Amino acid sequence: MKRQFEALIWVALLLAAVVASFSWLKLDFVALFAGDGLQQMHSYAASFFPPDTSTNWLRQIFHGSLETLAISAIGTLLAALAGAALSLLAAGRLGTVAKLLARLLLNALRSIPELVWAALMVLAAGLGPFAGTLALALHTAGVLGRLFAEALENAPPGPTRALREAGAGPVAAFCYGTLPGVLAQWLSYTLYRWENNIRMAAVLGFVGAGGLGQMLYVTLSLFQQPRAASVILAMLVMVLLVDALSAWLRRRWG
Amino acid sequence: MYLSGTDVGVHGRPRDPAALPRLLLIILALLVLWPGLVLTEFNLATLVDPRNLDIFARFLAGFWPPELSSGFLTLLGKATLETLAMATAGLVLALLLAVPLSLISSHALSVSALARGQPSPVGRMLRYPARLLLIILRSIPEIVWALLFVRAVGLGPTAGVLAIAITYSGMLGKVYAEIYESVDRRPAQALLQAGSSRLAAFCYGILPAAAQELTSYTLYRWECAIRASVIMGFVGAGGLGQMIDLSIRMFAGGEVVTILLTFLVLVLAADQLSNLLRRRLA
Amino acid sequence: MTVRLDGVGLTHPGGFQALHDIDLSINQGERVAIIGPSGAGKTSLLRLLGTGLAPSTGQLHLLGVDPATLKGQALRRLRARIGLIHQSPPLPPRQRVVTAVLAGRLGQWSLLRSLISLCYPLDSAGARAALEPLDLQDKLFARCDQLSGGQLQRVGIARVLYQRADLLLADEPVSAMDPVLADHTLNVLGKVAAERQISLVASLHAVDLALRHFPRIIGLRAGRVLFDLPAERVSQAELDQLYSNDSFNEPVFADPVSAIAAASLEAPRRCT
Repeated sequence: MKRQFEALIWVALLLAAVVASFSWLKLDFVALFAGDGLQQMHSYAASFFPPDTSTNWLRQIFHGSLETLAISAIGTLLAALAGAALSLLAAGRLGTVAKLLARLLLNALRSIPELVWAALMVLAAGLGPFAGTLALALHTAGVLGRLFAEALENAPPGPTRALREAGAGPVAAFCYGTLPGVLAQWLSYTLYRWENNIRMAAVLGFVGAGGLGQMLYVTLSLFQQPRAASVILAMLVMVLLVDALSAWLRRRWG
Repeated sequence: MYLSGTDVGVHGRPRDPAALPRLLLIILALLVLWPGLVLTEFNLATLVDPRNLDIFARFLAGFWPPELSSGFLTLLGKATLETLAMATAGLVLALLLAVPLSLISSHALSVSALARGQPSPVGRMLRYPARLLLIILRSIPEIVWALLFVRAVGLGPTAGVLAIAITYSGMLGKVYAEIYESVDRRPAQALLQAGSSRLAAFCYGILPAAAQELTSYTLYRWECAIRASVIMGFVGAGGLGQMIDLSIRMFAGGEVVTILLTFLVLVLAADQLSNLLRRRLA
Repeated sequence: MTVRLDGVGLTHPGGFQALHDIDLSINQGERVAIIGPSGAGKTSLLRLLGTGLAPSTGQLHLLGVDPATLKGQALRRLRARIGLIHQSPPLPPRQRVVTAVLAGRLGQWSLLRSLISLCYPLDSAGARAALEPLDLQDKLFARCDQLSGGQLQRVGIARVLYQRADLLLADEPVSAMDPVLADHTLNVLGKVAAERQISLVASLHAVDLALRHFPRIIGLRAGRVLFDLPAERVSQAELDQLYSNDSFNEPVFADPVSAIAAASLEAPRRCT
């Protein structure tokens, strides 16, 4: 009875939050969909068709897609390397002070969104795909570092301790004793994040960090809607392909 | 394959069956890595290029002290609330679209499947377009929708709300349909056979069993929506993103730090709140 | 003198005193079995000899040095000369047998060599030679999670054989093997120790195995040495006293089969 009452209060609070959200934003959907608004939206949407399919543009889109894939792959790879290093600290392998500092760093890295990192990296590395790569690497290092550290903490200490007691150095003992146990898990986390990062890499270009996003942003700013439409279609195809591929891989090896 | 006896190589030394696959894997990785580095214009030297370094150093120097003037904090508070409101309103609108679409696209409530074991062609013709629509809705990233809506309905949070509503209706609709199909379908089928309407069969046959999972997934998506609405402002759709975009463009390091700290608090708080709600409601 | 303990006591962090005032010396080339009821401190004593634990009181000398005085490189060099065979070998399930065996010499290899060998086993012939006497050479490239408990135990032994340690320690090395295999494996260990003139100290649940394979027997009970005799002088009365129990009459294991059955029953609540 008490539990039901509590749940009721939480539901009431949620409803209040929803009402407050709508009133705070002063969303005026009537004006949006009545009279002129709808007409304007319709004509804007119509201006995207037909998409630009000239060979030259398609070639550029292909290059942009490759660039997006490269940004996501290299970014994820760098993130996995940095995440592995940080996870060793965060799992407390090198002392308590290092552990606390590493956790703080990981939290900071992962709570700043990729797009914000991209905006900052454009300042540090200039416009282009390299900034996007760094941005993805920084955010993903925070995410992966935390997951990697959890895997390390759950790994049995026995194998590494036994090797240490047989005279192995700390690095060798870790590589032979702990790494084989966590590597498969690390790899599957990394692949999962890569899948995520391909989507993200497609939009990082909005702040000038290369790839398909930059092409979309530029064409929309120049009012070249048909060209933008083919970029959006390319993004759609890429996301669907990655989805299908990862679903197939999961069925096969998951 | 490893269990077979070991081959002995030319020098009486066992041949490692994994050596060749490993070598090929390394070569393949290098072959993929190289064009990747070229395409991303990977060059660590640009980071220490004096010009970039100078710009970034001046920017970083501005980080301390964080901007804490009351005027800025008021703006920040408003933007934070706007961000939260965008996520919440967007998710509610997404629900309005996702629930009907999930009911159409799920075959858990198929009447024709009761009699013949599989849904009728008419039912399938309704279901496939609904599924296709859900796929397209969720496969275009929310920020792309936001970029388009900013141009269609103007700058401000409305575009962000619509973008979240569209993408999240696709995600919610798909997972809801899967959840309906994963619960025990016999109660709903019994109701349908007894002649009750589909909506009644859903409310009394499926919803009680699926409610917990539905709540928990919706809360998870709400958490994601908060993360998404934080960045909407980069394309002009209001909230904290717009503030940080402006501050970065103006090189106001102190403001950037304060906003970044707000991100940290917001993301961690959303984590905690959705955990709490999950425990209370589910 | 390979091993010398003077008044060694060991108290676990929880406050449980595992060993009391032990005086013991083992000469080079000696083969010693430690027997006693479970909880007597056999594993604690072996971990002490393997430098995995440090004595709380008293003095410990291994291969002529006191490990408590050593640090860093010097301690690693001493540890590389001591090989401990674990009852349940601590091998990562996804590791290949060849890598698990080669890991025995990490204490002697440079870091670079260790890391290269992780990708491509540099001395697979050596690993196979270590597996051969244990009849496991055709599992060289199998993964550890494809092996049975007894096979895994033999991989653990092969690793320590490959280590070429100067002091061999074994904690219940044959507990997961059938009697014939256990006999054979203890023969291999004894032969290696005799050939290389090194000491072998093993704890065993099966009294008859201990009496058959080891010239010297130490009876350990409640953390104290109850007797320390040549195998032929260990009498039934001493064994009865060693295994007698105040609360219930535990049978004395005369035949290997029931000893092994008991050992496998004991295994889950073994304290380390």
